[in-house]
Amino acid sequence: MKKYKPYLLLILVVIADIIVLFMNRDLGIRVAVNTGSHILQMLAVLPPIFILIGLLDVWVPREQFMRYMGEESKMIGVALSVLLGAAAAGPLYAAFPLAAIMIQKGVKFSNILISLGAWSTMKIPMFLFEITSLGSSFATTRWLVSLVGIIVMSVIINRLISDDDKQEIFARHKAG
Amino acid sequence: MFEVVLYGLALTLLLFSFLKDRKKTRMALMKAWKAFENIAPALLGVLTLIGLVLTVLSPKVITAVLGQNTGIWGMFLTSLIGAITLIPAFVAFPMAASLLAGGAGIMQIAVFVSTLTMVGTVTAPLEAKYFGWKVTILRNGLAYLFSFIAASIIGMVLR
Repeated sequence: MKKYKPYLLLILVVIADIIVLFMNRDLGIRVAVNTGSHILQMLAVLPPIFILIGLLDVWVPREQFMRYMGEESKMIGVALSVLLGAAAAGPLYAAFPLAAIMIQKGVKFSNILISLGAWSTMKIPMFLFEITSLGSSFATTRWLVSLVGIIVMSVIINRLISDDDKQEIFARHKAG
Repeated sequence: MFEVVLYGLALTLLLFSFLKDRKKTRMALMKAWKAFENIAPALLGVLTLIGLVLTVLSPKVITAVLGQNTGIWGMFLTSLIGAITLIPAFVAFPMAASLLAGGAGIMQIAVFVSTLTMVGTVTAPLEAKYFGWKVTILRNGLAYLFSFIAASIIGMVLR
């Protein structure tokens, strides 16, 4: 049973897809086509991200991560976390494996949350595209407000969860 | 375009790594594969869910909802759409731009862009796999509330 658990969502959605197909053939076919294109898009963008994560893991030792982004890292750690997230490209779910590596390397939990937040909404490629489509004052205001908001929220979340919670999360990502 | 930069960067660094230390490079690739293997089943589930939701909730439907509403209820509705759906930026931003040109409120659009990028309802199960439900709910919940604050500030600045 445990072996099939990761596939639970996939199985449920496929069942829903089949029901849709029987109820409305056209819609069902469109769902299949769209699903295929989403999976292809993922396969197009993920390989370089995972290669970079692998290289980061192997070449940057734990001590470096801990010194610059660990518990004692202060402002430098915050700045580096923002940079690491904002320099990224690709959807948010690609940031989760990076976060797993950061956990293994002893990065402070609030800094991991900052990277995740920066990745979600402050990515430089996305920012540039936002300027061209929504204007520079819209994009710049949103970027700056997000910068403040993400740091504040990360500190809040870090305070709200207990050390036991953190230990449990860290234990999920024990280097293996 | 950015995919090309990303591939260029990854391959260049991989080549450097290979020239410097073959064993370490092999290890890096194995770790990359393991990270992918770890996320793949849940990710496939999420992507099929996005395929289903986005087809039923087509851009046409979303545009109709986003374009019509003003006021706090309009923001509430657009925020829900932003939080639930997962539309790539290169589709969502031009859509938002044409809505703005068509007379939609700046705060509605701002709350849509912020919730769309920061709040991930469909990716939540995946996020919980990495961080547990407590952190996932806190992060998404706070980001959802924050989107309204961000939109209000953007609305004030761009008035």
